[in-house]
Amino acid sequence: MGVGIEVTNLNAWYGTNHTLQDINLNIPANHATALIGPSGCGKSTFVRCINRMHETNPIARVTGSVRIGDLDIYADAKPVEIRRRVGMVFQRPNPFPTMSIYDNVAAGLKLNGYSNRRVLDEIVERSLKNSALWDEVKDDLRKKSGASLSGGQQQRLCIARALAVDPEVLLMDEPASALDPVSTSKIEDLIFQLKSQYTIVIVTHNMQQAARVAEKTGFFLNGRMVEFDSTHKIFTNPSDKRTEDYITGRFG
Amino acid sequence: MAPLVAIFIYLIYKGASSLNLALFTEIPKPVGEVGGGMANAIAGSAILLGVGSLIGIPIGISGGIFLAEFGRGTRLANAIRFTADVLNGVPSIVMGIAVYSLIVVPQGHFSAFSGGVALGIMMIPTVCRTTEEMLLMVPNAVREAALALGVPNWRSVLSITVRTASPGIITGCMLAFARVAGETAPLIFTAFGNAGWSSRLNEPIAALPLQIYVYALSPYDDWHRLAWAGSLVLIVLIVLAVSLVRYVTSRGVLKGAS
Repeated sequence: MGVGIEVTNLNAWYGTNHTLQDINLNIPANHATALIGPSGCGKSTFVRCINRMHETNPIARVTGSVRIGDLDIYADAKPVEIRRRVGMVFQRPNPFPTMSIYDNVAAGLKLNGYSNRRVLDEIVERSLKNSALWDEVKDDLRKKSGASLSGGQQQRLCIARALAVDPEVLLMDEPASALDPVSTSKIEDLIFQLKSQYTIVIVTHNMQQAARVAEKTGFFLNGRMVEFDSTHKIFTNPSDKRTEDYITGRFG
Repeated sequence: MAPLVAIFIYLIYKGASSLNLALFTEIPKPVGEVGGGMANAIAGSAILLGVGSLIGIPIGISGGIFLAEFGRGTRLANAIRFTADVLNGVPSIVMGIAVYSLIVVPQGHFSAFSGGVALGIMMIPTVCRTTEEMLLMVPNAVREAALALGVPNWRSVLSITVRTASPGIITGCMLAFARVAGETAPLIFTAFGNAGWSSRLNEPIAALPLQIYVYALSPYDDWHRLAWAGSLVLIVLIVLAVSLVRYVTSRGVLKGAS
């Protein structure tokens, strides 16, 4: 089951560049939340702070608190534990190129020392079904490399890989921006199905996409969160002038 | 391609007529007696290369992993990279003398072990630098994918990054292997050569390049012919060893893997 995310006074830096400034927001459990805004506004940095991937860059720094459920991720836990509870899907599909489809999905479990074959088989099948890829790959699970799939299939494979470790939150950083329209709509359908079980945060450049999949939307600009509200409100009657300008295409 | 083919054709022209079973089964005969073979030198080369690989490959790969994954930008890494590059340029005869004074002199006798060490040290820089370069070619997205799954960094490096780069790393090891397989100079002061059978690591041991060197410098036609045949055998063995490793490591590759 998904859990809510509570962000308080979050600040983040890359070197001397203050990329996130005083972010406060509550992301509801078991919903999809979209983050929109122009390039370089800090939305990707924001999601990377939720699974502590931000700090894998040696010049990065972060302050403030992020609570996932009742866990304060910067105070109470190690990064690896957080990342098992918070799955992530990246902008470009990044399957492990030398691994089979099966091994790609099982990677998170296997690399954390899980080896019960029967359980792994079950989890791989369930994850691939949940990511709507099972029917397309079930005959070549161990024969084909993850890299041999099409871009859209690779991205669904990456979603399956993230789901296999049974996270509570799923972060998606522009998951469809490198894909064609058909693959994009498949990913969107998937987000629709998955949000009943997971809390989904999706970064997107595509405003129609935000409107289609998310209940809540946050608008980021220059490292600050300008507005956070129901998607309907953001797109029809935003309370901030800057949000309105962005939505109507006056900049960005 | 052309130089390899030219060398190969010339070797076959000069050496093929002296190839016979005795070359692979007999040891050298004393001067004046016709015949004899290089069986002990072939076995000796295999032992020396085995010892060299056991020393050079693990150290080289560990060094490359450190340079690419853990030490990026640190002073220690820069120092190691610089050392590896200098070591790569050290003439092989100097390597032989260095190992001679470090191992042979204290021990008081020539040995297969010291020869293996000399070859191993010569393998390190090639293995180290190709490993580093191959690891740096692994896209960062692959590392991030592993980290985002909650895999500890060391585990991600060993199981994901190194595995992704393994075809290139293996090629680097084969390059280093093929390069030292024909080295003569570092063995003159270390393995020394041996006219008879020896499989002990603390005794002088025969090696193909050494044997070829001795035979080629001798005034006897019979030995010259053996030197040509030995050269042909050496090249063929290197080609076989490299092909074998390539074949074995390519079998596990999946359809569509890049």
